[in-house]
Amino acid sequence: MHVVICIKQVPDTKNVRIDPKTNTLVRQGVESITNPFDLYAIEAALQLKDSTGAKTTVITMGPPQAEEALRQALSLGVDDAVLLSDRSFAGADTWATSRTLAEAVRKLEPVDLIVCGKQAIDGDTAQVGPEMATLLNLPCITYVRKLDLENGNESMRIERATDTGYEVLRVKLPAVLTVIREIGEPRIPGLRHKIRSKKQEIPVWGAADLGLEPEEVGLQGSFTQVVKVFSPPPRGERRLLSGSVEEMAKELVRILKSNNVPGF
Amino acid sequence: MDYFLTEEQQMIKEIAAQIARERIRPVRAALDENEEFPWEIMKVLAQSDLFGLYIPEKYGGFGGGIFENCLAVEELGRACIGIATTFAASGLGAYPILLYGSEELKMKYLPQIASGKKLAAFGLTESGAGSDVSGIRTTAVKDGDYYVLNGTKQWITNGGEAEIYSVLAITDPKRGARGASFFVVEKGDPGFSFGKKEKKLGIRASATRELVFTDCRIPKDRLIGREGMGFIIAMKTFDKSRPGIGALGVGLAQGALDIAVEYARQRKQFGKPIISFQAIQHKLADMATLTEAARSLVYSIARYLDTEPKDFSKLSAMAKLFPADVAMKVTTEAVQVLGGYGYMKDYPVEKMMRDAKILQIYEGTNEIQRNIIAQELNKEYGRMKESFLG
Repeated sequence: MHVVICIKQVPDTKNVRIDPKTNTLVRQGVESITNPFDLYAIEAALQLKDSTGAKTTVITMGPPQAEEALRQALSLGVDDAVLLSDRSFAGADTWATSRTLAEAVRKLEPVDLIVCGKQAIDGDTAQVGPEMATLLNLPCITYVRKLDLENGNESMRIERATDTGYEVLRVKLPAVLTVIREIGEPRIPGLRHKIRSKKQEIPVWGAADLGLEPEEVGLQGSFTQVVKVFSPPPRGERRLLSGSVEEMAKELVRILKSNNVPGF
Repeated sequence: MDYFLTEEQQMIKEIAAQIARERIRPVRAALDENEEFPWEIMKVLAQSDLFGLYIPEKYGGFGGGIFENCLAVEELGRACIGIATTFAASGLGAYPILLYGSEELKMKYLPQIASGKKLAAFGLTESGAGSDVSGIRTTAVKDGDYYVLNGTKQWITNGGEAEIYSVLAITDPKRGARGASFFVVEKGDPGFSFGKKEKKLGIRASATRELVFTDCRIPKDRLIGREGMGFIIAMKTFDKSRPGIGALGVGLAQGALDIAVEYARQRKQFGKPIISFQAIQHKLADMATLTEAARSLVYSIARYLDTEPKDFSKLSAMAKLFPADVAMKVTTEAVQVLGGYGYMKDYPVEKMMRDAKILQIYEGTNEIQRNIIAQELNKEYGRMKESFLG
């Protein structure tokens, strides 16, 4: 069994600021992290590795420094990593990204399962997983909270979270899954894997390696473009009350009354 | 402070620190309160390859030494020495096998201990034998291809939870301390059971229990080393393990210092953070100085021990004695810095103070450590030709 994990390196959202003059992300001094949801994807793949001895490969599309995110995945126990990096990939929207990732998955075949996080915390689109499934002509199940192999690894029983509960689905492999937190807490790196992760060779594949033309990738291969990035207007004044619970409750009621909030 | 760690040593520290931060800190208070054995944490430590740091690669370990193990123990101890003791006690149980076991015993047991699949434990103490090892009453009598063990071990860390026990028993009652031998006993061996689990002042997440041997039959090849070597094996094991207790002390002291400084910066009295008062400043300065001194001592002695020197009982005792006393002092002062809040269970320092006390007692009381140091001094100076009196 071969599981491919797609991950993304994102700015650490704890520190994201937008330059009010240029309306763009302030990248300077902002640390990059592995998209937190992708850590659940890695964990899902590693659980399959633990239970079935599945081979695991992690891929990401990004600038050369995205290699860090791949090394982190290796330190957690993922077997192999491939970096998809090329100047022509720059400016890709979700479609062009999916296109590139899908070609990489084809190059890694045979692949039985592709796992992604439910979405990235920078763009929040949740589109890449399903788009990749479309391009690969594979079934896709999103918001997966539990997965179990069955029928001699031919198919999977999936629990998919919904707003009100969860659905139980059965899917034939190969398939694409996007996973959520309930899949399991990401593990802590192992010492042996961590040592290996520092040394392991990570191949870099560009557009030519994937048989893609410049107009199929990056900005040129994108249907959408970001026209403007802006901070939403502040949500109004916030006040933090202090004191004992009783004092704060009294103060809150006083404020609500003075603002003519109905019921007070 | 830069202790010039190698890249691999740095990784060990980082992994242990991550486990301490993300997995131990959130649960330590509950495990302490409920006296619950930290199985979940042990699984994480196993998955992170930390159980075999001091075990050679040939037996499934990492191939490091005492120092590497101390780095991990310190970081875990910074969060909870109850949990870190559980981890470290497996090493104490492994050392007799590692140091004196036959190749067969090493091949059989060390990989299981190194992988963390099984915990080990060390069984020496009895109701009448602690500091005085010659008071041991548990016997092992040879019977054909077997030894038959009878007796009760007391206060055994990891008792009941571990699967592999290194146990000291008398094989020749006429020879006193030279008539003792070490054996490997497995959980499930016929005639091996567990007695009462102790309720303790501190390190309450760790299991402390009686081992009861009632005509317990084990194959004769479970003997570690030769008959009569038991006392030496125990002493050599302690020589190797004592810096680990020191590392627990360093971690615990650091953990208490972390909380005391952060609290002193936030807590306001008389309109100012209490860290601006000299009474608090001097306390914190002493706590930090003692902690760093203990760390320097443990690190340098652990590193020296890993060069396999000939005699090191004195240094090993120092590496346990000083950090244990430092941990007691620093945790007590941390409670004082936090005042009434420190005395309440809402903050972790009261637990740290309760936990610290055991460091001055187990693996040889601090009084025994002083005895060892003084005996070695007496020997050392006895050998010297030079006089310093004139």
